[in-house]
Amino acid sequence: MNSVVVLFAHPSLEKSRVHRAWLEAIEGLEGVEVRDLYQLYPDFDVDIDEEQRVLAAHDIIVLQHPLYWYSIPALLKQYQDLVLEHGFAYGEKGVALSGKKVLSAISMGGKREAYEHGGFHDITLWELLAPIRQTARLCKMHYLPPFLQHGAFVMGPQDVVDSALRYRATLTALRDETLDTTALTNTRELQLPIESAPSNKGGVH
Amino acid sequence: MHGAGFFQQAFIYLAATVVAVPLAKRLGLGSVLGYLIAGVLIGPYALGFIGEEGQDVMHFAEFGVVMMLFVVGLELEPSLLWRLRGPILGLGGAQVGATALALSGVALLVGISWQVALAIGMILALSSTAIVLQTLNEKGLMRTTAGQSSFAVLLFQDIAVIPMLALMPLLAAPGNVTESHAEEHSTLVSQLPPWGHALVVLGVMSGLILSGRFVLAPLFRFIAKARLRETFTAAALLLVIGIALVMTMIGLSPALGTFVAGVVLATSEYRHELEAEIEPFKGLLLGLFFIAVGASIDFGLVKAEPGTIVSLVGTLMVIKFLVLFTLARFFRLSLNQNLIFSFALAQGGEFAFVLFSFATQNGVIPKEIASPLVASVALSMALTPLAFIINERLVQPFLLQKENDERPQDEVHGDNPVIVAGYGRFGQVVARLLHSAGFESTLLDVDSDQIDLVRKFGARVYYGDATRMDLLHSAGANKARLLIIAIDEHEKALELAREVAKHFPNLTLLARARGRPEAFDFHNAGVEYVYRETFDSSLRMGTAALELLGMRSYRAHRAARAFRRHDEAFLRETARQRKASGEWVTFARTRSDDLLKVLRAEHQRQPDREAGWDTEEIRKGIQKNLQKDAESSST
Repeated sequence: MNSVVVLFAHPSLEKSRVHRAWLEAIEGLEGVEVRDLYQLYPDFDVDIDEEQRVLAAHDIIVLQHPLYWYSIPALLKQYQDLVLEHGFAYGEKGVALSGKKVLSAISMGGKREAYEHGGFHDITLWELLAPIRQTARLCKMHYLPPFLQHGAFVMGPQDVVDSALRYRATLTALRDETLDTTALTNTRELQLPIESAPSNKGGVH
Repeated sequence: MHGAGFFQQAFIYLAATVVAVPLAKRLGLGSVLGYLIAGVLIGPYALGFIGEEGQDVMHFAEFGVVMMLFVVGLELEPSLLWRLRGPILGLGGAQVGATALALSGVALLVGISWQVALAIGMILALSSTAIVLQTLNEKGLMRTTAGQSSFAVLLFQDIAVIPMLALMPLLAAPGNVTESHAEEHSTLVSQLPPWGHALVVLGVMSGLILSGRFVLAPLFRFIAKARLRETFTAAALLLVIGIALVMTMIGLSPALGTFVAGVVLATSEYRHELEAEIEPFKGLLLGLFFIAVGASIDFGLVKAEPGTIVSLVGTLMVIKFLVLFTLARFFRLSLNQNLIFSFALAQGGEFAFVLFSFATQNGVIPKEIASPLVASVALSMALTPLAFIINERLVQPFLLQKENDERPQDEVHGDNPVIVAGYGRFGQVVARLLHSAGFESTLLDVDSDQIDLVRKFGARVYYGDATRMDLLHSAGANKARLLIIAIDEHEKALELAREVAKHFPNLTLLARARGRPEAFDFHNAGVEYVYRETFDSSLRMGTAALELLGMRSYRAHRAARAFRRHDEAFLRETARQRKASGEWVTFARTRSDDLLKVLRAEHQRQPDREAGWDTEEIRKGIQKNLQKDAESSST
C-alpha cells in the first residue's frame, strides 16, 4: 500500500464547495495524510525541515488546489521555492523524491471547452501545467495526468458529490496501486468512473 | 489643627509642594529634594510660615512611611521576599552591626561614655526608608541589584528598631532614668518579661499573616461586591491604620506590620485595587513628611555651631558610606551597583528622630548631645538626593571613562551599528534577535548586573542612564546607525528621543511606546519607528481567538495584518493632525469610525479570488467592453 500526502492549498476554503467536499471525502482515509498549507502557514513561513520530512515519507504527492491565474496559489509556489532545495529534491545528491508520483487535483471556474486550442483561454491545461510537470521531472518524480474539476461554479449539488466520490476513488486507487499508471503516458486527464471501487481495475479515458 | 488654622496650614504645605516639586524635577533634582527644599523655605529659619508645630506634622506625616511600606509589601510577593532572605539577614545584619560599631567607636574616641556611644551608634546605623525608596523608585532603580540590596538593608533596619527600643533603657546611666518619661512609651507588653513579649509578638504576627489569608481577602471581596468605591478606600485605610495601631500597642514598628500585611495581600486578587487606593494618600503624606523633615532642620543650631554640625554630618555620611561600600564589595556587588547602594544609604533615618527622643527621655543620651545629632541626621537626609546626583553626574561617568580607557585597543568588536537603551524584557529580545542575525549591539541599562549575564555573547555593555548625551557619545552614538529606545519611563524615553535628534542626527530612532498616547508623543517628537509594547501580542491573541472561533488561519492572519496596517496609519495621521491643529479629539473619533468601516470592507473583500472566473461571465464582460469600444469609435 502506498502512502499518500495531499498538499492542500486554498486561501479561502470557506467559499469553495468543491474543495470542502473533496476534503470531506478523503478525510480519515487510511494511508492518506492531508496538509492544509494555508492553515499551517498563514504567514507563509513554511517549515522546510518538517515539509522535507513529510515529502520523503510518502510515495504519492497530491497537489490539491484551485487554478488561480492559470497557475497554483501563491503559498504552494512559496512551498516549492523553499522546500524543494538543491541537494534534497534535485541536483546530484538530491534524490529524496526520486521515484515518487505526483498528482495535481485542480478545480477551476472555466468549462472544459474553454481550455482548448481555439477555446476561450486558447490553451490546454496540460500546457499550463508545464512548470509543475517539469518540476516533477527535475525532481525525478513521475507526473500523473491531473485530476480536474471544470466549471466549478455551475455545478449542482449532485455534481459536487459525484466529483468528491471520484476524487476519493482516485486517491484510493493510487494508494492501493489498483491503477496501472504505466498505461497513462498519453493521457491528459485522470478520469475514474465513480463505480470503480478501489479493488477494481480503474477504467481510464 | 482645626478651623482656619488647619486650612491655612494645608494651604501653605500644598502651595509649597506645587511650586517646589515640579521645579526641582525640572532641574533634575528629583521630587524628594524638591519637598525638602520646600520644607526649608516655609520653615522657621527661612520664610517662617510654619514654626514648632512642624514637629506635630512630622509625627502625623510619618504615617506616609507606614503606607509606603504597605505598598512596597503589596508589590513584593512572598516568594520574592523569600529569595531576598539572604541579603536581608546577611547584608542587612552586617550593615547595622558594622555601622553601629564603627559609629560607636568614633563616639568613644571623642570621649563619650560607652553606653551613650553604643546608643548613638545604633540609632545612626539606620537609614531613611522614605527617602531612599522614593528616590530609587523615581529613578527606576528599584529592580536593580543596588535597589534590591538597599531594600533588603532597609527592611532589616526596620526590624532592628524593635530590639533597639528594648535595649535602650538598659543603657541608661543609673539614676538618670526619669521614670515618668519611661512610662510614656509604655505599651501593652511593657510589663511582660522579654519571653512573654516575644510570644505576644509572634502571636500577633502569625495572627496577621493568617487573617490576611483567611479573613481579609474574603472581607475585601464582600466590600468590593457592594460596589462603593469610597467604602473600599475606607476599608483599605482602615486596614493600614488598624495594623499600625496594633503594632504600636505591642511595641513593634507600624511600618513593619503594614509591610507584612502588604506581603500577605500581595497574592490576593485585590492587590492592585488596594495599591491604587492607598497610593494617593501615601504620596501626599510622604511629601508632607519630607517637607516636615526640611522644616525641622535646626538652622539655628547650624548657625551657632557650623563647624560641629558640618563635621558631624561629614563623619556620619563618610563612615556609613565606607561601611556600606566595604560590605557591598564583600557581597559581590559590581562597582557601579555598589556605588548606587552606598550613596543611597549613607544617611540617618527618620527612625533616628523617634529613637533620639526616646533615648533622651530614658536618660540614655543627654539632650546637648542628641540635638546636634538630630540636626545632622536631618541634614544628611536632605543631602541624600544630592548624593545620588553626584554619583550620577560625576562618579559614574568617571568610571565609564576609565573603563573605556582600560579597554584594549585590539578589542574584537568593532563599533556596533546598534545601541539599545534599556536592556529589560523588551530590549533583550530586540538585541538577541539582532545578535542571532550577526549584528552586535551596545547595551545601556541602569542595571549592569543584568547585563553582565550577556557579556558572554560578546555584546559591549555600558552601565548608565542613556538620557545623558556624554554617555551616549562614549557608547559610540556618533558612529552607530540605530538607537533602540526601550526604557520603561516614558518621560525619560521621550527626552532621550528629543535630545538624540538634536545631538546625533545620524541615528535612526526606534522607540518602544507603552500605548497609544505614548506612541503619539514619539511620533510628535519626530520618531518614525514607534512600537506599542503590547500591540503585537494583542493582535496575535486576537488572531488566535479568531481561529478558535472557527476562522481559517490564513484569513485570521490577514485580518490582523490589515488591522495593524490601518491602525498604525491611523495613529500616524492622528499624530500629524494633532500637531497641525491641536484639535484632534473629533478628528480621532471620526477617523476611528472610518477605520472600522475600512476593516470591515477589507474583510469582506478578502476571499473573492474566484469571482468572475466562470467562463461565461468573463466572456460577457469582454463582449460588453468590445461593444463599448466599437460604439465609441463609431461616433
